[in-house]
Amino acid sequence: MTYLPELNKQGQTRFSRYYLGMPIQAEERVLMEADIARKCLKRSDVQCSIFEYGQYKLAYRRYASLFFVIGFDEEENHLSILELVQAYVGKLIFFLTAYINLYGVNDPNCLIEILNTYFDNVCELDIMFNIEKVQVILEEMVSNGRIVETNKHNVLAPVLEMNKASR
Amino acid sequence: MFEKSLTDLIRGIRANKKNEQKYIAACLQEIHQEIKSNDPDIKAQAVSKLSYLQMIGYDMSWASFHVVEVMSSPKFSQKLTGYLAATQSFRQDTDVLMLTTNLLKKDLASGNHLEVGIALNGLSHIVTPDLARDLCQDLVSMLSHSRPYVRKKVVLVLYKLFLKFPEALRLSFPRLKERLDDSDPSVICAVVNVICELARKNPKNYLSLAPQLFKLLNTSSNNWMLIKIIKLFGALTPLEPRLAKKLLPPITQQIQTTSAMSLLYECIHTVIIGEMLTSGGNSDALAAMCVSKLKIFLEDPDQNLKYVGLLALSKILPAYPKLVAENRDIILKCIDDHDISIRLRALDLVVGMVNKKNLTDIVKRLMSHLLPSNNNNESSTLPSTLLEPAYRADIINRIIFICSQNSYSNILNFEWYIAVLVDLTYVAGVNVGELLTTQIMDVGVRVKSVRQYCVKAMQRLLSDSSLLENCQFPESNSEVLYAAAWITGEFCSYLETPTDAIGYFVQPGVTKLPHNVQAVYIQSVLKVYAYWANSLSYNWDEDSKQELLRFTEMIKDKISMFCSSTDLEVQERAYNAREIFSIIHQNLSTTHETTFDVENNIYSSTNKSPSIISELYPLFFSYELNPVAPKAQKKVPVPEGLDLDAWINEPLPESENSESEEEEESYGYGYTQKFGGSGDLIFSSGTAIGRRRDRKSSKKGYNSEEDEETKEKVTINSFCI
Repeated sequence: MTYLPELNKQGQTRFSRYYLGMPIQAEERVLMEADIARKCLKRSDVQCSIFEYGQYKLAYRRYASLFFVIGFDEEENHLSILELVQAYVGKLIFFLTAYINLYGVNDPNCLIEILNTYFDNVCELDIMFNIEKVQVILEEMVSNGRIVETNKHNVLAPVLEMNKASR
Repeated sequence: MFEKSLTDLIRGIRANKKNEQKYIAACLQEIHQEIKSNDPDIKAQAVSKLSYLQMIGYDMSWASFHVVEVMSSPKFSQKLTGYLAATQSFRQDTDVLMLTTNLLKKDLASGNHLEVGIALNGLSHIVTPDLARDLCQDLVSMLSHSRPYVRKKVVLVLYKLFLKFPEALRLSFPRLKERLDDSDPSVICAVVNVICELARKNPKNYLSLAPQLFKLLNTSSNNWMLIKIIKLFGALTPLEPRLAKKLLPPITQQIQTTSAMSLLYECIHTVIIGEMLTSGGNSDALAAMCVSKLKIFLEDPDQNLKYVGLLALSKILPAYPKLVAENRDIILKCIDDHDISIRLRALDLVVGMVNKKNLTDIVKRLMSHLLPSNNNNESSTLPSTLLEPAYRADIINRIIFICSQNSYSNILNFEWYIAVLVDLTYVAGVNVGELLTTQIMDVGVRVKSVRQYCVKAMQRLLSDSSLLENCQFPESNSEVLYAAAWITGEFCSYLETPTDAIGYFVQPGVTKLPHNVQAVYIQSVLKVYAYWANSLSYNWDEDSKQELLRFTEMIKDKISMFCSSTDLEVQERAYNAREIFSIIHQNLSTTHETTFDVENNIYSSTNKSPSIISELYPLFFSYELNPVAPKAQKKVPVPEGLDLDAWINEPLPESENSESEEEEESYGYGYTQKFGGSGDLIFSSGTAIGRRRDRKSSKKGYNSEEDEETKEKVTINSFCI
């Protein structure tokens, strides 16, 4: 896996992470990410979520208004990359649930409501306003550009601990 | 007091969508001030804002030193911010990295495992050869840390260390290996991960771990780790064929039982690339099982499974074409898929599946991709990518490839193929003229039975005014007119009305064609004329003579339009042709007069055609151009008295012996290349030489003055231009 940008419908980058020390200048990177976003947007739902981009392949998943994109090479198991996106988003959702819990939302109905609002409309904002958390979760799951941990507990336990420690 | 937080910054950017850059520039100004603040909170906040801006494309390398400051904060949240900023912005040449060694040593030794964790994460991103060397010992000793969380992270960061400081691998490998027996599964998983990466680069060093890995393969239920282990074995089996036999039972079982598609895919992939199909005992059964499992992928509505299924099949194809061909129907369905990625993968497979029976059907399907769909129902669902030139060119190249592979062995009906090539000229929409030209020429020359049809088809191309009109656009493929003209000229005996063909060659607008095509046009005019004039001479009478005279006059005028060409070859050929026509014309007119002079002998003079007409014909058609088998040369016996090893000229002392020989050989080869294309075909050079001689002898002593005159004209003409 070489890079992971998260892009929104307008093609703006919300979050990105590069592995394998991509020697890319800031301007080039912005252009590349915008190009990837255009390519993703062009694809329809009936198309598969893997396509070739330069020397890499890109896999993407769309959640609400966000595209989660992963760049990887031929060696990588294509399907597990897609599963990673799934798992990663799952973890983000779970984490945000826990996060809301920390803020003391006790009423379960209210929680569901908040989550619904979160993931239908403002999911993008969640990522923007919790950028550090997003980063930490990813650090736990991916290392050296490879998927290293997908167990929900193993990923989130340290993240939640860090959260407490930061308060 | 009134500094913006990260949230404020993000809100601000959203609120200032119109002048975002201006807003960010102002924020960067503030950050420049804040980052120098003595208040660690303000400093950390500035760094976290910068990290955000870095992500959306702003430089933050100038703040490296401040990032290190924040990294060394005693406050956990600030430390986290600092490390994350470092992973994002530090590069191998960032100079402050030298300052981080002691900081990292301290954080790695921290009693707080979270601090250790973020330091390890950070290190895996920023490690340099120097850092790797200095921290190697610390990390190796941490492999037996009490917390699994830390052990896991250490294992992972060690891989990065090995990349920067290969010596570390030797120092730590025994300890790393022990971790394969760790009590915590996530640590084992991390070790497998690292070994898998290492083995990818140098598999033979890790063969000794096979027994341990094999045990894990049989006992673990963690799909992610199983994928890694199987991948690892995929790298090891080519080195140790005995492993394949041992691995087959567990892998077969996984293939049969697993419900995880990614694991199933990895197993099949490994079976293929690990060369297990060739080394195992009942490999055919295994291959059949793989293909039947892949069929599930192809039939799945999930496009991603379809895509990887096709990808895997294309890897099985070389070894088991028959098995893949069993799925022909599904694969052919994928050719018509809406998704271009899937189509291209399916096309890869189709190329390997073509046979005599299905060729026409497959080509028909592929051709339909090039045509605009007239059907209203379909047009709405047609993806825009259909029109992409690269895709169109790819389709055409594949059509030509599957038809022409193995010396056209899949083609039963060459008339059909010529029709396909002609259709392609029209529907291509991309520049494939050269390819089509060589194909038409090749088939026309090599397949005798198709020539009549081919000549007819070429007439259609030649008479098409749209090809002429659009000839300046490369995507119109008017280059095929080269082949059309050449074939018409060479095989003009199949023409029904040769005069029509000549008319096509001199129709208005042909001077806009590419020069090489024009040159062939001129030559073909001569050829067809020679054929036609000769055929007239069999029933020679006054009418045919008048017709010939009139027509010769007409061509002579028309051919003049090529005489002013800027291309020297075209110009020269045009002058030559015009001279020939005017000689014939002159000759005909004079014979006409003599017949009138000798009036008492009418019959003999009108029934005999002028010799110049019958002399022109053998100039072009005394030899028939025929395909020659590649091994035909061997069948020609060496004539008696010819010693191929004897020197024709004794070699000069300083020149290399081989030089003269090489030259001769390369001549023959070049000739083959030019006309034979695939190299399957050699035209006997005797044809060419024979022709040339004919021309010389018939013109000798007759034309030399004219020639000079022509040359003069040419030079003058080219100077004028």
